[in-house]
Amino acid sequence: MLQLSIKQEKIEKAKKLAGQIVNSFDWLFNGYSSETIERTIVRLMGIDGATSDGTPFPNVIVEDLKSKKVLERGVAYWVANAMCALNLTAQEVADKVAIGELDLSSVKPQADEKVLEVINTQTATMLKHIKSQNNFREEKFATYGPRRKPALYVIVATGNIYEDVLQAQAAAREGADIIAVIRSTAQSLLDYVPYGATTEGFGGTFATQENFRIMRKGLDEVGDEIKRYIGLTNYASGLCMPEIAAMGAIERLDVMLNDAMYGILFRDINPRRTLLDQYFSRMINAYAGIEIQTGEDNYLTTSDAIEKAYTVTASQLINEQFAEYSGIKEEKMGLGHAYEINPEIENSFSYELAHALLTKTIFPTAPVKYMPPTKFASGNVFKTHLMDAMFNFVGQLTGQGVQLLGMMTEAIHTPHIADRALAIENANYIFTAVKDLGQELTLDPDGFINKRANLVLDEAIDFLQKVVDTGLFEAMARGDFADIKRPEDKGKGAQGVFKRSDNYLNPFLEQMKQELGLNR
Amino acid sequence: MPVKTDPKRIRPYGDTLNDGRVQISFTLPVPCDEQGKEAARQILRKMGMSEIDVCHMNDLTEGFTHFNAYATSNAEVDLTSIKVKIVETPVMDMYENDEYIDQNIGRDLIVVGACIESDAHTVGIDAIMNMKGYNHRYGLERYKHIEAINMGAQVSCEDLLQKARAVNADAILVSQIVTQKNIHIANLTKLIEMAEAEGLRDKMLFICGGPRLNHEIAIELGYDAGFGTGSYSTDVASFISVTIAEKAENN
Ligand code: B12
Repeated sequence: MLQLSIKQEKIEKAKKLAGQIVNSFDWLFNGYSSETIERTIVRLMGIDGATSDGTPFPNVIVEDLKSKKVLERGVAYWVANAMCALNLTAQEVADKVAIGELDLSSVKPQADEKVLEVINTQTATMLKHIKSQNNFREEKFATYGPRRKPALYVIVATGNIYEDVLQAQAAAREGADIIAVIRSTAQSLLDYVPYGATTEGFGGTFATQENFRIMRKGLDEVGDEIKRYIGLTNYASGLCMPEIAAMGAIERLDVMLNDAMYGILFRDINPRRTLLDQYFSRMINAYAGIEIQTGEDNYLTTSDAIEKAYTVTASQLINEQFAEYSGIKEEKMGLGHAYEINPEIENSFSYELAHALLTKTIFPTAPVKYMPPTKFASGNVFKTHLMDAMFNFVGQLTGQGVQLLGMMTEAIHTPHIADRALAIENANYIFTAVKDLGQELTLDPDGFINKRANLVLDEAIDFLQKVVDTGLFEAMARGDFADIKRPEDKGKGAQGVFKRSDNYLNPFLEQMKQELGLNR
Repeated sequence: MPVKTDPKRIRPYGDTLNDGRVQISFTLPVPCDEQGKEAARQILRKMGMSEIDVCHMNDLTEGFTHFNAYATSNAEVDLTSIKVKIVETPVMDMYENDEYIDQNIGRDLIVVGACIESDAHTVGIDAIMNMKGYNHRYGLERYKHIEAINMGAQVSCEDLLQKARAVNADAILVSQIVTQKNIHIANLTKLIEMAEAEGLRDKMLFICGGPRLNHEIAIELGYDAGFGTGSYSTDVASFISVTIAEKAENN
């Protein structure tokens, strides 16, 4: 069987170092909250809607409490207190705040037990719904059989959710297992989640709760016809990480891009804000049974795939530890890597085989997410199609979890319907042709591939040691990751982080922690 | 030995001169059957094709079919009448360019670059500007006589112009990679209109670049030059130095 010779102690050492990096954030996770975390709580309490000028109710409420300087106590208390005092539902409270009829901070404080009782009922109702969505998914997999491995993952990105559904349904019929709706350009920098169905986007379609619902329905329909459960993916990243995770949990998304550090490095979002938000959003994903994916492929779009291979490994290890901290099981950790090697290099395929096997060896049960060639995709669509075939070959040979299919038009436009069909045909052909080949092959223990994989892991260990010595924030400020300098107090969304008061309450966090058995 | 042709009568080539053979693939919202195939054939005929061979069709489901075809095109062009706008300044390497600036301009040039508005792709502008450069050509930051300021991605037009004014830039470099729904055209137009309104347009060179841009489009949009796929720091730097030296001479 195709296997690397890597000493288990070396892998354990790497994991231990990553653990040390991650375990120094209790102060942040237990002492702070952010505006998007509070807006998430509003959503989880069952509040939805937007004002006529498009401001979502969660933003209206959180902004209002902030301007009254009482947000430190947490939005849950204020909404529940008003519900108690005025005998209203959460949605009715929101409706009144939105039209300026109600000031939450001046509602007479009700007896603590009464407020707590309302909070507990709201929490139980929503968590029950999220659990039922998880059960629904598991039942579907039990009926139709488990997802294939590697799963075929394709994107839709027309900008129009209705057009997206049509293309997604076609892709599912052709063999796709997972559909990702790519978000519109720069949604990650919006400090709110747009509302309602959308038909205009650039390079993608806005992530809104209504769009989630529309696509979910479309995929359930086609899935029942073809007797396969079709997974749906979106992006819990940017300034609204936990809100999007919550929307996904409510509408039964199955996979969420949810990286611990991507926003900091590639979107210049404040480091504290990002780590805090990923902590809560990943907990929601863990609770909802949503598989997360991480964005290590991005390191290689700006750096060289050979020289910086170790940064991928190091980031995977850190992402794994942060995910575990939030209660995500390894079977739901789609750690990322990518076939971004320069095709002009001699033996590029051997390098890729080494890197892909290394990921597989370090994270044997994770549904690893393998990204296709993008950077070296060119206007020569014929060559790009061939590179995608080589990528599919590595994916099947090394048993990756999720294969993000490469498009031959990657360098030109977001996929046309035929590009996607050809990509699926390509993957199906290669996967079938080399299905069991990996079981027949062995590697020379002293050969190039083994040496290469060991070298990358050694470099990753040295790098992690450096980060342990300085601390993660300091290392980011210094530019150790991806050569990008990100100081702890700079970046977008920094002002949206606040210290919790002593009587702060996030009932969802507490309840999920308890049920997931997290006691930090 | 290159093929002998009549440059006034250029037609597509399959395996015999002027055979007009082309390869086409496209999708139609039609069923994957003989009627659908005939629809594909008729579309090709209306495109001026004959001897049409729809050699493959594939059911994309949901009512779509993808077709591959070979056909003979009756189109013919006169190569001698085709004029394209290209950047015509000679290309110098970094050392030659620094020398050129030293000799012909006598001061350091200031260049401000950014990938503007919602576009977050930095690799292209970095390839032109960053110290380490791209494909064995150093970026502008390494030039002795160019002070290069790379503002990165998602820079608003306002911020870019403000910076250019503040440092009294000789040239502005704008990158646009995302082109869906012609967003790059909208952004580039916005920048140039703002520059005009602020009286900056004629104070510096405006240069744009990206995979869907070229010199021709750039000129049309009111820029001084445009660079597409496969362009290098050396192309841009040479254009800037030569144009500025010539301007100085003319004044
Ligand atoms: C890397 C990459 C990314 C990285 C960018 C990382 C970074 N820091 O730059 C990440 C992952 C972040 C990314 C994100 C997105 N991307 Co992107 N990305 C690419 C990819 C794979 C390569 C681009 C690249 O780096 N090329 C290498 C450089 C060197 O080439 P270049 O940019 O063309 O630059 C050269 C020339 O054009 C020129 N040039 C460029 N700028 C300038 C400026 C001047 C002044 C001059 C003189 C010359 C010049 O010189 C350069 C050197 O020769 C392309 C696909 C491809 N293979 O092209 C997609 C691609 C560009 N991305 C695309 C899209 C849609 C997106 C997203 C919108 C997806 C989404 N919905 O989230 C987001 C955009 C986020 C945003 N707000 O912009 C589409 C664009 C489609 C279109 N035609 O509009 C592409 C084509 C992929 C696709 N098929 O869908 N992307």
